[in-house]
Amino acid sequence: MAEIELHGTWPSPYSYRVLWALKLKGIPYEYVEEDLSNKSPLLLQYNPVHKKIPVLVHGGKPICESMIILEYLDETWPQNPLLPSDPYERAVVRFWVKFIEDKGPSAWVVFRTSGEEQEKAVKDSLEMLKTIEEHALGEKKYFGGDKIGMVDIACSGIAHWLQVIEEVVGIKILEPHKFPRLHAWTKTFKEAPIIKDNLPNQDEMLVFFKQAREKLLASA
Amino acid sequence: MAEEVILLDFWSSPFGMRVRIALAEKGVKYEYREEDLRNKSPLLLQMNPVHKKIPVLIHNGKPICESLIAVQYVDEVWKDKSPLLPSDPYLRAQARFWADFIDKKIYDIGRKIWTTKGDEQEAAKKEFIEALKLLEGELGNKPYFGGESMGYVDVALIPFYSWFYAYETCGNFSIEPECPVLIAWAKRCLQKESVSKSLPDPQKVYEFVLVLKKKFGIE
Repeated sequence: MAEIELHGTWPSPYSYRVLWALKLKGIPYEYVEEDLSNKSPLLLQYNPVHKKIPVLVHGGKPICESMIILEYLDETWPQNPLLPSDPYERAVVRFWVKFIEDKGPSAWVVFRTSGEEQEKAVKDSLEMLKTIEEHALGEKKYFGGDKIGMVDIACSGIAHWLQVIEEVVGIKILEPHKFPRLHAWTKTFKEAPIIKDNLPNQDEMLVFFKQAREKLLASA
Repeated sequence: MAEEVILLDFWSSPFGMRVRIALAEKGVKYEYREEDLRNKSPLLLQMNPVHKKIPVLIHNGKPICESLIAVQYVDEVWKDKSPLLPSDPYLRAQARFWADFIDKKIYDIGRKIWTTKGDEQEAAKKEFIEALKLLEGELGNKPYFGGESMGYVDVALIPFYSWFYAYETCGNFSIEPECPVLIAWAKRCLQKESVSKSLPDPQKVYEFVLVLKKKFGIE
């Protein structure tokens, strides 16, 4: 079997998506930490278009964009499938993956901004959470039903990173009484096997993101 | 088995065109329904409550939203004819990457070309040509992005060709001298009935853009 490398950064939620998929499928891999302030020639060679992580390299061939990597992993290693087999159900999963890709970043806008811009981003984030709780999660244990699926992994930012953003900016967004089902899912997701042993340390993340926000606001 | 396929669409939408082309490539009989976007039908609102947008493909009463997701669905359900995605997982990942690139760049940058002017418009034109050149690089000397026949990336990109005349006229520039290979590819795609019957007349698209500009007060 050809060698697999995951090029990522701590504590990127996009990196972790791929890491979890690899571990959930029991795929052996080597992790390469990239320095985004000083991008390696290898990263620029593997992802010349976006110059971003994560990049999965399989047998020397790079695949970019975390959710595209996940579809690749699911097709190449079908054990513990992340996507259902029915075409209609797959279309529904892909719809929610796209939704979170398009709307999820509003939480990061909350992190990066202040004042009116931040207020709008908070409003957008609340709408996003409401939609996914009502339409995507419903009464299910996981977005994927009885077990973790692609949408759970795509929404993991909400489970683990949102808390850090909230603490750094001092604004509560995912309030348990406002989003009871989604809040329950964040706990269930983080206690799931594999996930719980592979989460970035929250205290370390707080330090990291506090510093990052200070830098951002200073240069604004 | 009676299959009921309905497409909720809008004539000038490049996203709608993608689904039209996919259905035509597969020889699927369907009912095309033109939506009035200023007065959306109850069916549209019911079938796409989250975004309330077209295109929506409705197959036996079940809605599939988002154009590329609908194209993948069509490819998976009507899999015996004209496959759009390659069978090799690595090549599929590459096709998805470029379709994603098209989604991230072409529509938004194209939109900036006809909604802005001055420096902002110049920057948009430059970014647009850069994106098209990257796509040209990916095409290489293949007849189609999909190789010998049209594939997923071709379907994702070709609809925007019907908007090129509008972009060029509003932006006062010409795409062909900068991207001759891509324009040759586009004309090749238009030789196919599935494409020519799915794309509107570029002149009509331009007239529509002028109406929009007037409506939004863009000079």
